[in-house]
Amino acid sequence: MSSALDHKKVTTPVPGAGRGQGALASVLRLRELPVLIALAVLVLVTYLINPLFLTPQGVKDLLLNATIIIILAAGQTLLIITRNIDLSVGSMLGLVAFGTGSIFSSMPGIPIVAVFAIGMAFGAVLGAFNGILVTVAKVPALVITLGTLYVFRGLNNAWAGGKQFFAGDRPDAFGALSVDTVLGFPIITLLAIVVVLGVAVYMSGTRPGRDLYAIGSDPDAATAFGIKVSKRVFLAFLANGALAGLAGVLYASRFNSVGATTGTGMELTVVAAAVVGGVAIFGGSGSVAGAALGALLLTTITSSLTALRVDKFWQQAIVGVLILTAIIIDRVASLRTAKKLRISEARNV
Amino acid sequence: MSETTSPTSTAPTPVADSTKPLASEPKGRTGAARILTSRDAITVYALLAFLLYAAIAIPRFASPVTTGFLLLDVIPVLLIAMPMTLIIITGEIDLSVASTAGLTSALMGVLWASGMDIWLVLTTSLLAGVAAGMFNGLLIAVLGLPSLAVTIGTLALFRGLALVIIGDNAVANFPKPLTAFFTSKLGATGIPTVMIGVVLVMVFFGVLLHFTPFGRGLFAMGYSKEAASFVGIKVARSKFWLYVGSGAVSALAGIYWTLRYTSARSDNASGLELAVIAAVLLGGVSIFGGKGSIPGVIAGVLLIGTLNYALRLARVSDVVLITVTGLLLIFSVVAPSIGSAVKEWQHTRRVRRSFSQKAS
Repeated sequence: MSSALDHKKVTTPVPGAGRGQGALASVLRLRELPVLIALAVLVLVTYLINPLFLTPQGVKDLLLNATIIIILAAGQTLLIITRNIDLSVGSMLGLVAFGTGSIFSSMPGIPIVAVFAIGMAFGAVLGAFNGILVTVAKVPALVITLGTLYVFRGLNNAWAGGKQFFAGDRPDAFGALSVDTVLGFPIITLLAIVVVLGVAVYMSGTRPGRDLYAIGSDPDAATAFGIKVSKRVFLAFLANGALAGLAGVLYASRFNSVGATTGTGMELTVVAAAVVGGVAIFGGSGSVAGAALGALLLTTITSSLTALRVDKFWQQAIVGVLILTAIIIDRVASLRTAKKLRISEARNV
Repeated sequence: MSETTSPTSTAPTPVADSTKPLASEPKGRTGAARILTSRDAITVYALLAFLLYAAIAIPRFASPVTTGFLLLDVIPVLLIAMPMTLIIITGEIDLSVASTAGLTSALMGVLWASGMDIWLVLTTSLLAGVAAGMFNGLLIAVLGLPSLAVTIGTLALFRGLALVIIGDNAVANFPKPLTAFFTSKLGATGIPTVMIGVVLVMVFFGVLLHFTPFGRGLFAMGYSKEAASFVGIKVARSKFWLYVGSGAVSALAGIYWTLRYTSARSDNASGLELAVIAAVLLGGVSIFGGKGSIPGVIAGVLLIGTLNYALRLARVSDVVLITVTGLLLIFSVVAPSIGSAVKEWQHTRRVRRSFSQKAS
């Protein structure tokens, strides 16, 4: 997979390169901008054709649908930025969601906070398992997590069998998390926003967070520079696992039933959300805000199609076109940056 | 420079040469020995050992019925694994194969239901697969986009088109002789008749990879794209044709799937891409590119297929099977890296020992 790296090296915008051209220029260069525009156009067009789309209930549904994918995409961003990937998120989510169901059925009086803590810890353990295999064995994450995708799913099958937990098995207060709203925002969506903010601050504002970009741009250079690559990558897998755990608990709150197949096939949606959101698949550039917007865009399409009375069969084809458009835009942008860099370097000589 | 270029005949052999990198140490294996101890050979041994064990230990395993069911089950993976091997050897990937198969299946259903001649239906479906492959090839080889991202996109796009074409419907009334042919066996051997075609595909890709300049070029591309294009290998063109081949073979798998189960649906073969990649990697192909072989991959596919079938016969519950696949995959990639760690440790120990000998 080393092949596609060659044209990725210059995609990170150089801070200060466009300084002095005003705030507008820097806004126009934002990688998240195309996603934001696409999302705005989609919502606007749908609203103009069917005003019912933006009723408080409609907005609430849009946000609720996106919540779980947003949290997973935030974790995936941490990994993709470092040139890793985690294909096992769907299986991890399934395990934790079923675990949540069984906790409630065996210990009905358990405080909800404790369930969240257990779920995230469980996810973190699964993530750490991925992280250890990837960093110690030095095998690409794509292969390892493809393996754990099967292993975790098999564990879930063995554990759950044909058993399912339904909405009636959990306390009402837990289910209410995905029904109640604060200022129009569902509680679990607020949680997702907090997660995205937290990851965004970590990635752009802290030294270890910036290290992740360095690792993704050039792992060898990062090692030579003294960045503890293995440790950072391991922690990214751990964090991704914990977020998948959080998403699993929220899944159990939001949906009526959890069983052996919960979360199957989710991994590709999550990676797609990150790619659409401008996170370069071979590391080094992108942001968690972009990935969250990508997740919002992908999940909003479903509701828009319903509101526009378009055949629901078109949904997946449109998602595919979106992903392809996103990577073409990314490619064009990176070519332009490369050209600009060449020109500015020529001037400096 | 002057010291290193002194003639070797007069220079005393150094007691320890710590400057020599690990890779340049003599491996001590050439010719047949190298082939017999290679990574792919190990997969072949594992397959043979397991077949032997299953034939002895599991009642009812060694029978034509087993051969028949087992082969019928692995044919789609076996087919798609062939072009996938070549693609992964060049350091790329194709995640859209199962969606292409689904698209072909959906198209077959709709065309047949509209009353088209069956041979025209088959040809059109095959061409649709080729077109899907060309689309991938265009984006990856011509525009130079990353294959992982492109094929995640076309994974959704082709499956989406399949849904648009056939929706929730299923078409089942394919001509009886044709569907019967796809499950028929060669006499009493239990080998499905279609295996003849599958073997032809395997031979085609095997010869292409191992006995042609094109195939050797793919290995070179996997090691280094720049070096490959420097020695005159047409990197973009080779990649383009690989994706066309992948699309065509995926279409064949889709046609097989439709006629074997006598059902054209939009969700046929869904999720197969990960099974194929797992089997290819188990067969000894390196995900970094540059390494792998067709015999190894065939053994890898058959190993997973046989293991699953044997476990099912031995009444091991279905739920364990998927875990076995995952563990096999992880073990097959982690074991060599543990092996190389041990080798490195031995190397350092040897160097240390020879240093202490020199000192005393």
